[in-house]
Amino acid sequence: MRGPDETFPQAAARELGDAQLRANLGNATATIRDKRARVVDELPDWEQLRDAGSAIKAEVMADLDGYLLQFEQALRAAGATVHWARDGAEACAVVAQVARAHNATEVVKVKSLTTDEIELNATLAQQGIHALETDFAELILQLDGDWSSHILVPAIHRNRTEIRDLFKRTIAPEIASDEPAVLAEAARLYLRERFLDAKVGVSGANFGVAETGTLCVVESEGNGRMCTTLPPVLVSIIGIEKLVPTFADLEVFLQLLPRSSTGERMNPYTSLWTGVTDADGPQELHVVLLDNGRTRVLKDEIGRQALHCIRCSACLNVCPVYSRTGGHAYGSVYPGPIGAILTPQLIGIENAPTLPFASSLCGACYDACPVKIDIPRVLLHLREQAVLATGKRSERAAMRALAWVFASAGRLRLAQRLARIAQRPLVRSGVIHRLPPPLSGWTDTRDMRPVAAHGFVEQASAERERPE
Amino acid sequence: MNSSSRDEILARVRAAKGATRTPDQHPPTPRDYRHSDTRPHDELVALFCERVGDYRAEVQRVAADQLPDTIAAVAARHHARRLAIPWQLPDDWQPHGLELIPDDTLTARALDGCDGVITGCSSAVAETGTIALTAAPHEGRRVLSLVPDLHICIVHSQQIVGSVPEAITQLAVITQGERRPITLISGPSATSDIELQRVEGVHGPRKLVVLVIEEPG
Amino acid sequence: MRVGLFATCVADTMFPDAARATAMILERLGHEVVVPREQTCCGQMHMNAGYRSEALPLAERFVATFGEFDAVVSPSSSCVGAIRELYPQLLAIDPPLLQRTMELSEFLVHRLGVEDVGASYPHRVTYHPTCHSLRVTRIGDAPLRLLRNVKGLELVELPDATECCGFGGTFSIKNAGTSSAILADKCSAIESTDADVCTAVDGSCLLQIGGGLSRRGDRVRAVHLAEILAST
Repeated sequence: MRGPDETFPQAAARELGDAQLRANLGNATATIRDKRARVVDELPDWEQLRDAGSAIKAEVMADLDGYLLQFEQALRAAGATVHWARDGAEACAVVAQVARAHNATEVVKVKSLTTDEIELNATLAQQGIHALETDFAELILQLDGDWSSHILVPAIHRNRTEIRDLFKRTIAPEIASDEPAVLAEAARLYLRERFLDAKVGVSGANFGVAETGTLCVVESEGNGRMCTTLPPVLVSIIGIEKLVPTFADLEVFLQLLPRSSTGERMNPYTSLWTGVTDADGPQELHVVLLDNGRTRVLKDEIGRQALHCIRCSACLNVCPVYSRTGGHAYGSVYPGPIGAILTPQLIGIENAPTLPFASSLCGACYDACPVKIDIPRVLLHLREQAVLATGKRSERAAMRALAWVFASAGRLRLAQRLARIAQRPLVRSGVIHRLPPPLSGWTDTRDMRPVAAHGFVEQASAERERPE
Repeated sequence: MNSSSRDEILARVRAAKGATRTPDQHPPTPRDYRHSDTRPHDELVALFCERVGDYRAEVQRVAADQLPDTIAAVAARHHARRLAIPWQLPDDWQPHGLELIPDDTLTARALDGCDGVITGCSSAVAETGTIALTAAPHEGRRVLSLVPDLHICIVHSQQIVGSVPEAITQLAVITQGERRPITLISGPSATSDIELQRVEGVHGPRKLVVLVIEEPG
Repeated sequence: MRVGLFATCVADTMFPDAARATAMILERLGHEVVVPREQTCCGQMHMNAGYRSEALPLAERFVATFGEFDAVVSPSSSCVGAIRELYPQLLAIDPPLLQRTMELSEFLVHRLGVEDVGASYPHRVTYHPTCHSLRVTRIGDAPLRLLRNVKGLELVELPDATECCGFGGTFSIKNAGTSSAILADKCSAIESTDADVCTAVDGSCLLQIGGGLSRRGDRVRAVHLAEILAST
């Protein structure tokens, strides 16, 4: 998986400057936050569901090989072909091979972060196979990218006029209105033709049931149903961590996921299919079990809880950082709080060392996570690793010096005294407006309170020792 | 390549697991969430209708002997004259005055030429306004309830359960046994991708009409 | 009760009046307050910045300095949070001292059952619940209960109160841009209350909020809860 090309502070600085993005993002996250809060509050047993979800996922990780073997066996018994992919390249190769075997130059795709992670579209394109995105938002990005023929960094929500213009240029030359219903109709008509003709569908999966070999796709628009039902051949790529032990476990996750992700009691469509069903849906099913760094995450006893993620994005919507910088600042398919702990573990901390620091440690993500991933704890754990792997010597020296000062009350008092002297030229009317580097980042946007004239401990302990 | 990929992944998993407890040392999953809704059944039926309505599906409660006429009226309201039906849709559900096309492995394009589809269902959840189809003979293949623009779904009030766990328990039996595919439907298809405004109907049926059959008297 | 006062390095250096006020309130309620002169820093910043091994001696120091008290009270919810939640992992033991360490408002309300400390503070005040007090030490509405009993105090609710202020320790410098963006919204929310004072149970947040308000030229002052409660 590709990691960030720049540090988070660099990327964030640029994204924060985009006022339109910030406004859209602020609106979007606030809206979904409120919706989520309302539907979660409806359930008196939300915490018990979270406890169960967390425990089920921990159980899967504790015996992942056993569950994978069980899943494979059930899938085969149900008529599916099972492939194992160590990395993205192997997974893409399966899709390409299946497409070629059926002379398909186009495959229809459901939105799947897993396929983004392995850069499926680009890899297929290199082999002359077009992966058509069928989610409304993904279709727009794809059409826009194709039209502009360069890699865009698009806003999350285009406004309706922009979408109308895009459609006019690409799939619906006759389109006139920018009413949302008209835009949706244009996408529907265009994609319907492609669904009806498609030979090969590609999907991810939200869950895979080890006991039965059942795959589950949770969606809103119906394109998931189209891709997994109409084409005669289906390839489903599923991360190895997506398993749940039994069908009954879905009773927990099908409550946790819709309420956490779109803030609905239930999403419009959930498809559950077990292998191949005679005369109903694809007659050839390929399931790709994807590692691509997940076994590396599994090795870390503290960090492996990141694999419990059910991709609801609740943590993104409550994060004060993500809701202002947006996903592109993280430079990864997985952004936000979960991305800050998953991305560095998937690709190695040295390849994303600034992501664990992209957090004020407010803890809102942990509260919102439907499977109780202790993101703050993992962030601290990864920060330690980042410091060891890529830490700057100057920073380590400063932190050690500070720890040395704090290790002695006498030294702390002395340091306070020195600070009082050093700050004198900086204090204007009881306020410091400019601090020297490396602290200048503070005073670029904030004033600083001066060090107080007397330390409390020194005075108070002296007072209390004075005989009455 | 594939069998060595398989071996390598399994080896990596086992090595990664190495430092942890063995599976039998793992504490059992706490399942203290609600497993059923104990409200009186007629309350659940009313709740189901309300929740389905929240998704902007049309909901109507119908006496069993009124069903065919009600279906005909719904179809007329939506200007639907050609309706696909599963090959075992009950006779006493079938409306008159409409062209009913039984699904004898109709092509997707043929279905695209139908105005709507009538199906039954296997189960329904009151709390979430969800209908479960399992490709049973009175429900039809998945493509049947996917392609046509109008889906008229018959739910018998006795099929309504209160909670998601109750429905999943019922569906587990179907999955483990015949392995029939399951589609959970909660409203017509929707997207919120245009300026966060929910727009009904992208790819699935844009109109969902739910008819809840009541017991007579 | 014999209470050890843990001032914290931030309060000791930047908000000595808050630490002093904490001591005064406890003494007014009849408790013996001891300020061990050997105290320094709990090591939270080092732990949060990825310098765990540098934090360990500081944690050991804290335990050695405060081990003997019936209770340890501090004016900082984040330090208390670090002590209760992070020390057990860091020290690999969980001495009883840790759970006896509390921030002032949770000590008053949850431990002593006191909601009225006899304070008087005739100002319009809005309360910022800090992230650690909300989600780590989980003190709930203890500060609000105390503020409601302060004579003459007009309490006004802060919009989007549970949003972070953006401090986050070294985050405030390393990710200064994002920290400031978060702070800007917090300051706007505070301004909208038309309060005279914004209060909180953590000096770190008050540094951030006070710094932002000051730079924006706001008249709102950032004042520690202890100082309000000690006021008569």
